[in-house]
Amino acid sequence: MSDERPAGPDKAVEQPATEQSPENAPEALGEPGLEVRAVGERQGMFGVQGSGDTSGYGGLVAPVVLPGAAQRPYGGWFDAAADALDPLLEQVVIHRGEITFHVHRDNLVAVARKLRDDPDLRFELLSGVSGVHYPGDAGRELHAVYHLMSFTWNRRIRVETAAPDGDPHLPSLVPVYPAADWHERETWDMYGIQFDGHPALTRILMPDDWPGHPQRKDYPLGGIPVEYKGASVPPPDQRRSYN
Amino acid sequence: MVSTSSTTNQDYYADGADTAEGRVFTVTGQDWDEIAADMGDSDAAERIVVNMGPQHPSTHGVLRLILEIEGETVTEARCGIGYLHTGIEKNMEYRSWTQGVTFCTRMDYLSPFFNEMTYVLGVERLLGIEDGQGNSTVPEKAQIMRVLLMELNRISSHLVCIATGGMEIGALTVMTIGFRERELVLDLFELITGLRMNHAFIRPGGVAQDLPPGALDEIRSFVALMKKRLPEYAALCNANPIFKARLENVGHLDLEGCMALGLTGPVLRSTGYGFDLRKAQPYSGYETYDFDVQTWDTSDSYGRFRVRLNEMHESLRIIEQAADRLARLEGAPVMVADKKVAWPSQLSIGSDGMGNSLDHIRHIMGESMEALIHHFKLVTEGFRVPAGQAYVPVESPRGELGAHVVSDGGTRPFRAHFRDPSFNNLQAMGVMSEGGQIADVIVAIASIDPVMGGVDR
Repeated sequence: MSDERPAGPDKAVEQPATEQSPENAPEALGEPGLEVRAVGERQGMFGVQGSGDTSGYGGLVAPVVLPGAAQRPYGGWFDAAADALDPLLEQVVIHRGEITFHVHRDNLVAVARKLRDDPDLRFELLSGVSGVHYPGDAGRELHAVYHLMSFTWNRRIRVETAAPDGDPHLPSLVPVYPAADWHERETWDMYGIQFDGHPALTRILMPDDWPGHPQRKDYPLGGIPVEYKGASVPPPDQRRSYN
Repeated sequence: MVSTSSTTNQDYYADGADTAEGRVFTVTGQDWDEIAADMGDSDAAERIVVNMGPQHPSTHGVLRLILEIEGETVTEARCGIGYLHTGIEKNMEYRSWTQGVTFCTRMDYLSPFFNEMTYVLGVERLLGIEDGQGNSTVPEKAQIMRVLLMELNRISSHLVCIATGGMEIGALTVMTIGFRERELVLDLFELITGLRMNHAFIRPGGVAQDLPPGALDEIRSFVALMKKRLPEYAALCNANPIFKARLENVGHLDLEGCMALGLTGPVLRSTGYGFDLRKAQPYSGYETYDFDVQTWDTSDSYGRFRVRLNEMHESLRIIEQAADRLARLEGAPVMVADKKVAWPSQLSIGSDGMGNSLDHIRHIMGESMEALIHHFKLVTEGFRVPAGQAYVPVESPRGELGAHVVSDGGTRPFRAHFRDPSFNNLQAMGVMSEGGQIADVIVAIASIDPVMGGVDR
């Protein structure tokens, strides 16, 4: 897009996600950390269940696969950044010119500290924390995604970590990036991820006594059917979906 | 009236209550006598916590301020937010990618085009139709129209910021002239998109429709008028002793504080650091426009006011350049050529305003069954976006606005999270106003310019 935006990797690194379903993965991906994970399953073609569908399309089952791990060389400054963090990383994903460092939650604070303080990295700005709930990603259901930017080098990276539904704990980044304060409160509010070490982890958008965490996939959208000219329109989460 | 009643049957507004920190009274007005009588024989310390808002004309929307005060001095300040939370991000997960624009445009209601833009840029990156990624990319005219609309929007947003900020310190003339000019921008929006706000005009792949006839003339006369009127603000405020006395050295936050708390936009630029995403990480062709990043070096509310005022002049420069380019691109496409992504129908202007294009309806209803099927599939089901995640921030009037867009390969966003600059910047409210006077809290907040629709989403 611009001259200053770091050159992404060569095209060869990027593989379309659709070709990476576990069945189709090449055997070379046997190394740990490079396996292709399905994070969900898509059933049928039209989202209609229990109808007299005789087309056969309703029986389609396809895994949902996110872009897989990239292999070296990543290209541009990506390699140097990955070298600096190397033992702390689980996986490096490069997709559409954006780099994502997957980090185990135990290493998150160490990675953040290094990203902020290392003069070759200098990611001074934590843009925010974004939770994502993958109910199908067994053992790593709750993801927290951190977007970081370096003013010094004018670069952007993404750091992603995960916690299981049964033990929704992540270390807080507030001691490293004070800006994470409200963002972590929002992620706790919306996903129920507990950020250990946060100075005051309370709800921020929902009322204090609200039950549940609304952005989780198992939390219903809610809504009532709307009558219009004799017809009834169901709420959005109960309409026919084409996913 | 004041009693030590049990907490189960508490009169919320009048009773005192025993807490871990001692006895607490809730004062609602006209009950000082009773409370004084009740407190009289105790050794109670006076520690006053004032709730300001969420319904208060000076808090810039439904923002609740929790201020601990000593006389007129604020010793501790915290924000309570969430009063305008509408679940926009959750709702977007239940609509198609194109429909998502209709939701996110409503978040930060003073800068709708920026909300649309960052979301659409994320979707386009996942679709691989960004600039320079292949043959089917977003057409040039759409990119220029986006820049034009965003810069017009920056002017209208800054005008509201300056206008309401003026109103909150009692400068009502600033408010009336600010809203007078903003109305002109909204008229342009209405002409181009059909709506004054909540446009849903920037769509994945381009924009919803072409410029209407005569729009460029209107834009040019607007620019000419604004060049006369913007100096009025400078004449009214820049050297006004009362205005300066209220703003200078108020809401101070230096560069270190801005970086630690993640502040961007005019607040960051008022520290003298000229960081602007339009220059640093340009999108939509900003690198081809001639404009300067405006900074000030006082790190206070007055500096932020001057940065905003100067930025409006820069926006006018960009608008002029964009209008010149659009004049050369009459009839060029405004939607990506890929028919699997492009919205099938275009609106047209009839005798009764904007509406369906009769030509398009004739085509799908009378001429081509395939076109009808195509239209139906794309409008009801939508297009699929390859699995992955993207984050493409834009420089909104308030700072870095970014959408973290996650796709699982389906026809709906798996997750769309907005990093709203108001949400982030409001964290600095405490640092900016603790130790100052109550009246300065208002000025500090006005200088952050939070829009609660964006904060709470």
